[in-house]
Amino acid sequence: MALSPQQLVDTLSGLTLFADLSRPQLEQVAHKMSEESFPEGQRILRQGFTGSGFYVILDGEVAIRIDGNEVARLAKGDFFGEMSVLLGEPPVADVVALRQLHALHLGGPELEGFLSEHPTVMFRMLKTVAMRLRNASRWRS
Amino acid sequence: MAELEERPFPPGEYPVVVVGSGPGGLQTSYFLRRLGIEHAVLSADKSAGGMFRQFPFFQRLLSWTKPFGHLDRHDRRYEWYDWNSLLAVEPENRAIMAELMDGSSSFPSRPEMEQNLATYAQRTGLQVRYGCRWESTRREGNGFALGTSDGEYRCRVAVFAVGVAEPWKPDTPGFEDVAHYVDTREAASYAGKRLFIAGKQNSGFELATGLLPWAQRIVLASPRPAKLSVNTHSLLGVRARYVQPVEDEVLGGGVFILNASIDRVERTVDGFRVHCLRSEGGTELTVEADEVIAATGFTSPLLDLPELGVSVFGQSRLPSMTNFWESAQVPGIYFAGTIGQGVPGMKKYGLPSNSGAVHGGRYNARIMVDHLARTHFGHRPERVQLPLDGLVDYLLEEVTHAPELWNQKSYLARAVSLDEQAGPYDDGIVPLAHFVDEEGPPAVAITVETDDKGSIHPAVYVRERGRPAVETLLDPHPLHDFRTPDHRRRLADLLKGATAGAVR
Repeated sequence: MALSPQQLVDTLSGLTLFADLSRPQLEQVAHKMSEESFPEGQRILRQGFTGSGFYVILDGEVAIRIDGNEVARLAKGDFFGEMSVLLGEPPVADVVALRQLHALHLGGPELEGFLSEHPTVMFRMLKTVAMRLRNASRWRS
Repeated sequence: MAELEERPFPPGEYPVVVVGSGPGGLQTSYFLRRLGIEHAVLSADKSAGGMFRQFPFFQRLLSWTKPFGHLDRHDRRYEWYDWNSLLAVEPENRAIMAELMDGSSSFPSRPEMEQNLATYAQRTGLQVRYGCRWESTRREGNGFALGTSDGEYRCRVAVFAVGVAEPWKPDTPGFEDVAHYVDTREAASYAGKRLFIAGKQNSGFELATGLLPWAQRIVLASPRPAKLSVNTHSLLGVRARYVQPVEDEVLGGGVFILNASIDRVERTVDGFRVHCLRSEGGTELTVEADEVIAATGFTSPLLDLPELGVSVFGQSRLPSMTNFWESAQVPGIYFAGTIGQGVPGMKKYGLPSNSGAVHGGRYNARIMVDHLARTHFGHRPERVQLPLDGLVDYLLEEVTHAPELWNQKSYLARAVSLDEQAGPYDDGIVPLAHFVDEEGPPAVAITVETDDKGSIHPAVYVRERGRPAVETLLDPHPLHDFRTPDHRRRLADLLKGATAGAVR
């Protein structure tokens, strides 16, 4: 899935996480984050390993697995890796590509600055994390 | 002309066909020959060298070779000092770059690098069919048929080492009138000009540095701030050799480094008008320039491979690959050279591998050829048994000196199987992402890693039977010598479980 820069910006503009950004800001996001591709079965985040990053799925699907047990799936527009980066701790789960995955990646050390520069992205991320927390609480109760 | 008159590899059937005669193609051919795998090497060029036959434009590389390391140049460990020579088993064919440098810089000149590669091909007796352009690809039986300017080649396995070499410009209005980096003219022709460079990666800063003595004013622009390698602790970012324009900017010296996207470029009577949108705030900014150069990168010229099912991604149109640089969708199609950067590996703290450079790609090629030979030709490499009582010292020696681990930090690792009955076996240098994700017998892998603070330290991955690998980071050392009693004790502790207590 090779997108031209214009197509990439168009794709980003359609993702909830970046919905409030102007076109120049979206172009900056496209330049700041690197595109990566992972084959089916590849682990992208590894439970217990240091140095992980932040990912936004452009195409494909991943499974989140804790100790080998699948707890959730994520697809286009979803993001992962933020918890471990923000807490400065290794991920508590594996994230595995269920089919070919095309994602945007931001190195962990860059996430804080990125969110500070784009507070609307931070707000939308916070909302998503809050919803995930609420759903997890419901599931447990 | 001698090569053209005695051209090897006529069209026909070969077990493997390698396309490209840059560092990736030559290194692949060398290791295929070592394993006795018959193959043809095809190149559209007239001679060896790939991109180094032309670039970098200002004729000085970004990768070092330090001719006077403390080790003999023919020692494997010397490869740490020499990022530019290709690998060879025979001592006389190693470290060729160091022989050819004139001492004026630790960064070889472009002609020196070109000579290095040509000398390697000549001394190792590698053959290439030059002047043979790969034009098309199709599946045939269990393999592939490559159409070329000389006729058709059929093979079971094809290796494409064609570089990330196709100039690329965005489809922004007006860019069709703008020169690309590859079209840059002789420096003196920019004397007194107002120059606008689109792009703030190394190629943009290379041009800015080279044209500082000539241009009246230089503006560099791209949406995101420039990264500097000294800040990223990796080759990601502008290299120290090209930082002079940054200093000129902060001192108000006629260089402007803008965070802005380019909305359109307009021709004027005597030049260009570049319409920008500032990244911060989105305000418009118009810059008048006599010359505009797009330092906007390159793509990989994969021709019709996507039609065969090879998935490509990103601006550079890199193929999606496995950890052994095989197409993730089309088994039997491999990639070597700079294209290898499409395999991200662990990418800890966002730091990329050095697969896009010779000092990373040369090791990838060796591993890729071993994988190709095992997977498609049934080769079984001889395994080397290690003495159990020397295992800890061996691993610490490797992490202190192994050039593969230092040149491909967090990407390649030394792996050792810890068979409870037969004892440890050296599994060689492997992609770390493969090691930590595969299930298998007890094993250990060790590598060098850099963290977000720039600390360089050993990282150990121990896999016990039936369990995933566990990561442990060892302490750094001020002189990067990890053969200390503390490191020895710590590593021995880590190996106790995986060796059923045999390592103490």
